[in-house]
Amino acid sequence: MTFSILQLFGCSNHKESELDENNYKTQKENKKNEGMYNSEKADENAIESPPFTEGIFPCSECHIDIEPNPARRELIDMHDDISAIFNHDSENRWCLDCHDINNRDYLKLASGKLIGFDESYKLCGQCHGDKLRDWKVGVHGQRTGEWNGKKQYLLCVHCHNPHSPKFKPVKPLPPPVRQEDIY
Amino acid sequence: MQKKDENNTRREFLKKLPVLAIGAAALSGCNSEELDEFFQQNFKTLSKAEKAEIIKNLEKKYSEKYGKEFKVSAKPATEGILFGYALDLSRCIGCRKCVYACVKENNQSRDPQIHWIQVLQMEKNRGIDLAHADIHYNPEQVPEEGHFYMPVQCQQCRNPQCTTVCPTKATWQDEDGIVVVDYNWCIGCRYCMAACPYGARHFNWGEPNVPIEEINPDTHYLGNRPRTNGVVEKCTFCIQRVREGKYPACVEICPTGSRKFGNLLDPNSEIRYILENKRVLVFKEELNTQPKFYYFFGV
Repeated sequence: MTFSILQLFGCSNHKESELDENNYKTQKENKKNEGMYNSEKADENAIESPPFTEGIFPCSECHIDIEPNPARRELIDMHDDISAIFNHDSENRWCLDCHDINNRDYLKLASGKLIGFDESYKLCGQCHGDKLRDWKVGVHGQRTGEWNGKKQYLLCVHCHNPHSPKFKPVKPLPPPVRQEDIY
Repeated sequence: MQKKDENNTRREFLKKLPVLAIGAAALSGCNSEELDEFFQQNFKTLSKAEKAEIIKNLEKKYSEKYGKEFKVSAKPATEGILFGYALDLSRCIGCRKCVYACVKENNQSRDPQIHWIQVLQMEKNRGIDLAHADIHYNPEQVPEEGHFYMPVQCQQCRNPQCTTVCPTKATWQDEDGIVVVDYNWCIGCRYCMAACPYGARHFNWGEPNVPIEEINPDTHYLGNRPRTNGVVEKCTFCIQRVREGKYPACVEICPTGSRKFGNLLDPNSEIRYILENKRVLVFKEELNTQPKFYYFFGV
């Protein structure tokens, strides 16, 4: 819960460990030829790398020693924080519908194709095609930068917690003073 | 001509003397910059050199007053640009972040308080119904069940009534569609406020008060430069930002991405995409003000 609110307001406050950053860069280099969003629209670039809980990426660091278990189940020892908040068609889906069972550092499209976390919008777009279409033209989601030039976009997961995507209510900033309170 | 000369007698001169003396006494209290300001012509009629001189004086004045380097731009509109704005009513959650981002960016007075953006809370089952709208809502959490939120600011009308009623032509619609105010020419009659059907113009009833550490020194002559007591001010789409290519402050702060901005004359702009693909409305359409501020439904 707090995580998603943080995402909502602290979009530019995410810090990643050195390790994450390096790994993220290698992922990017590996994918240069796969027609990333960056190359599709040269004047747009991601404001920052995808938000991870600190110290969680790369996933393979832990998962390399764990025998993959494809049985759908409630997680208890690890990732129980995610289980607790999970609210994203939870009746029909669970971890391995989006995360790849063999290589946890990647996400998996319905086609079986693996994608990096920096391309997660492709995964979201499988169901939310209308949002993806609007996002690509700059109508869904926040844009910063130049209205006529270089823009920065955010990934879906910067604002929506992928495990519980609905926006959480917030405290509004103070209302304007009432005229009768002035005099 | 002959007759006029005859009037120029010793008697006439003596008659005018007290008037001259009072005028001279009044003006002798001013320094040369204040005198220049007093005799300044309408901004639109000034030459480039005159504008540069005025800007230089203002920058000096503000820098001294606020103790930091001030930039006052007079950048004119660019040809081929007509600014337009769109706000997604289906996404706005009424958090008021835009209100305060605007106050900060545009140096609005904190006390007495001026807000260029007012967020109306309305009931879903009534639709856009101003009689039942509330701008003072303050619950623990927004959005509230059964309500939607409609931020209102200057609608940048193509057919603005505020400019036509101005007796001094201190406010006008610039070539890129932004309705601006020259605070040096505004006499504070507030006709424009009466003419505006959106409540988008605000009057400085007292000396504006902005904490020195919060003042934004990056300003435009027709926008967020410091104002004085007795002038009217309004949203300018952040003229100091958008004429430099940047998004308005309210667009960038919006946590739900409800606010969209761009060039209406560019068929590939975000704003044109919205007009062509979404359900769009303008506020108080029946008044034929023809706003360039659109409300739309993204979902």
